Amino acid sequence: MKALRNLLDKVQPNFEKGGKLEKFHAAYNAIETFLFVPNHTTQGGVHIRDAVDLKRTMFTVIIALLPTLLFGMWNIGYQHYLAFGVESSHTENLLFGLIKIAPLLIVSYGAGLGVEILFAQMRGHAVNEGYLVTGMLIPLTLPVTTPLWMVALASIFCVVLGKEVFGGTGMNFMNPALLARAFLFFAFPAYLSGEVWVDLTPEAGRALVDGYSGATSLAVVDANFTATPSPWDMFMGFEKGSIGETSTLMALIGAAYLIYTGVGSWRIILSVFLGGYLMGLFMNVLAPADAPTHIMHAPAYYHLIMGGFAFGAVYMATDPVSAAQTESGKWIYGFLIGAFTVMLRVFNPAYPEGMMLSILFFNVFAPLIDHFVVQRNINKRLKRALQ
Amino acid sequence: MPSNGTINLRRGFDIKLEGAASKTLTDLAISAIVAVQPPDFPHIIPKLVVKPGDEVQAGAPLFHDKDHPELFFTAPVSGEVVEIVRGEKRRILEVRILADKKAASRAFQPINPSTLSRDQVVNRLLDSGAWVFIRQRPYSLIARPHESPKAIFVSGFDSAPLAPDLGFILEQSGSLFQTGLDALAKLTDGKVHLGLPVNASSVLQQAQGVTKTVFNGPHPAGNVGVQIHHVDPINPQEVVWYVHAQDVVNMGRLFAEGVYRPERIVALTGSEATERGYFRTVQGVHLKDLLANRVKTDQVRLIQGHVLTGQKTSQDAFLSAYTHQITAIPEGDHYEFLGWLTPGFDKLSLSRTFFSWLNKNKSYRLDTNLHGEERAFVVTGQYEQVLPMDILPTYLLKAILANDLEKMEQLGIYEVSEEDFALCEFVCTSKINVQKIISDGLEMIRKEG
Repeated sequence: MKALRNLLDKVQPNFEKGGKLEKFHAAYNAIETFLFVPNHTTQGGVHIRDAVDLKRTMFTVIIALLPTLLFGMWNIGYQHYLAFGVESSHTENLLFGLIKIAPLLIVSYGAGLGVEILFAQMRGHAVNEGYLVTGMLIPLTLPVTTPLWMVALASIFCVVLGKEVFGGTGMNFMNPALLARAFLFFAFPAYLSGEVWVDLTPEAGRALVDGYSGATSLAVVDANFTATPSPWDMFMGFEKGSIGETSTLMALIGAAYLIYTGVGSWRIILSVFLGGYLMGLFMNVLAPADAPTHIMHAPAYYHLIMGGFAFGAVYMATDPVSAAQTESGKWIYGFLIGAFTVMLRVFNPAYPEGMMLSILFFNVFAPLIDHFVVQRNINKRLKRALQ
Repeated sequence: MPSNGTINLRRGFDIKLEGAASKTLTDLAISAIVAVQPPDFPHIIPKLVVKPGDEVQAGAPLFHDKDHPELFFTAPVSGEVVEIVRGEKRRILEVRILADKKAASRAFQPINPSTLSRDQVVNRLLDSGAWVFIRQRPYSLIARPHESPKAIFVSGFDSAPLAPDLGFILEQSGSLFQTGLDALAKLTDGKVHLGLPVNASSVLQQAQGVTKTVFNGPHPAGNVGVQIHHVDPINPQEVVWYVHAQDVVNMGRLFAEGVYRPERIVALTGSEATERGYFRTVQGVHLKDLLANRVKTDQVRLIQGHVLTGQKTSQDAFLSAYTHQITAIPEGDHYEFLGWLTPGFDKLSLSRTFFSWLNKNKSYRLDTNLHGEERAFVVTGQYEQVLPMDILPTYLLKAILANDLEKMEQLGIYEVSEEDFALCEFVCTSKINVQKIISDGLEMIRKEG
């Protein structure tokens, strides 16, 4: 490691002000701090600091995402071979998924980080670690069939319009990864709905199995909730959908890790599920008696295991920057997201996946929720002063 | 336990460090040079009343505050004023006294403070120089004698990392603590509050004439600001006073024995201190006398106070007026290869992102490394975990950064001090200098108000 450090120290002057590679300072700094925690010491204030930094925090989220990524890979292979009626082993499934997903990841990270570094250089600040997570979230929210140029476009869009126009990481009021997803959803609807969820690259000598349908649970549930896969399959994730979203179990494993490490807000995660479940129960009450298979009759817990509900609750709603920031605000924020998602699913079949829109919608309202919480604190103090 | 109530605090964080002081008390000889340092006292403008060559007794005035001439700052020892050390713009940094061996003190009439009027108590405290150890919230300034505080607070314990055991210290001074509390009781129409730890020593438990409250919880439960917040919070236009328990003892001595000696039992702590323990000395002694051969000298950060709010210092400095502890920890100016990726069994964090959570009782030898670079504010909910006050830390900080005085008031800036936010700064993922922001905010409000 000493040699590496010496090398960095040797080339460093080139990247500093006046050096011949000054233009690449942000990139150099990003690599240097990636390799070595800097030798900066505390000056004023506290003399010791908690060991955690933003790199470690983001790294923790990546770890929490790994179960969904790995399961997503497996499921992509599984769904593919299922469509062609091919017997396949777990390894074959995983390998197929890996080959399909790796390019999406590479493009997402490459394009997004490139723009990040560009902005850091232009503005003279350090490259933020936030994109490490965003770069993985973007592919996980997309169908495996999304063209690579579209992933690149979404990544660039996400960094520029999702973050940098608001002043960079920490200033954005909407979840950047979801914004990228929404951008693609509205700009290229044909690529993000319908028969796009399974990679249908032809298998030599095989045809699609009879009666094959590429529709997701959310697409069928609207007409007839009993046509969805079994609750077990939906919970485990043996269904069609975006790469990372299908398995509720994997999202819950990720949630457990996020909550245990203290990185994700358990208040938000719990209240999203609570909001969804209670709204589901409420829908049961309203359900029309003459249409027994109507989505309103679906058991409330169906909503929690269908589609991207769990994925959104665990990884998207908890984005600390775009979520409510007060502790009691988080309860309200999460609850509304869960409840609104179920309402969208039931009342607006044009957007079968209500989670994405619901989170983005309440991203916008999060500051308002916080405003009321803050105001309540102010009023309490005021009342005390007047006594 | 004879107390008027218990307050359980859930939020906070005990930072377990290596290097607690052992319970041994060593009396130090008074060093040759002792100094009183005006910069120890925030916002005063010193006007000298002595010049080099003057002989002074302990308790004799050295300078007073230009704007409040009744505030006298007095000599901790007897001897000759040998040097006035000045800094930029002739600002007075130190008034140095060559201590003689006579230890002559100005003599006062020993008297029970309970028999005196408020004015008599005030005058004696002002006259002797003991007054400057009574401070007020908001702003942590020296209290204004003509004001009447709504209450006076004394914290009976210090919950900071490696903090001295106040119970042990108070046991060394017998009944002087009680006499000091009696004097304080004269200063307010309200109550004198004494904050107690869960297993308080008998000196604290037996204190009379005060309202006792037990605070059960992690640091900062011992902070007087946290205790005020829970017992009798400060509203706009209100003032409360607070005094450190050791200074209560000094005040007690002033009345009971008729001498003023700003004595300090200082705890020498930290992993880099080789001889840890308690040392009896006075305010202003040369640190070399305290530290020589008792701390490592290479790559060490010396701190007057504890690791959260103390001031960086050196062996050539003098013991500051409000210092009760000296901490020596390693400097952390080293690189760490992929440090953010390691399992981190030896990395202390409030979060469980490092595996150090596996061993909850481990003590750490933490250094001064920042562990990362400053970033935009991203992670939420951390400050809230360590601030046991009904205050929204993030929003208060944002109001300060936006220079929004009205919001700052509304969100409770009068109730806080830098030290109450020290843990917020410690845990901050984005490495933001939280205490500096709070101190800027307090300064802004003080100037406007």
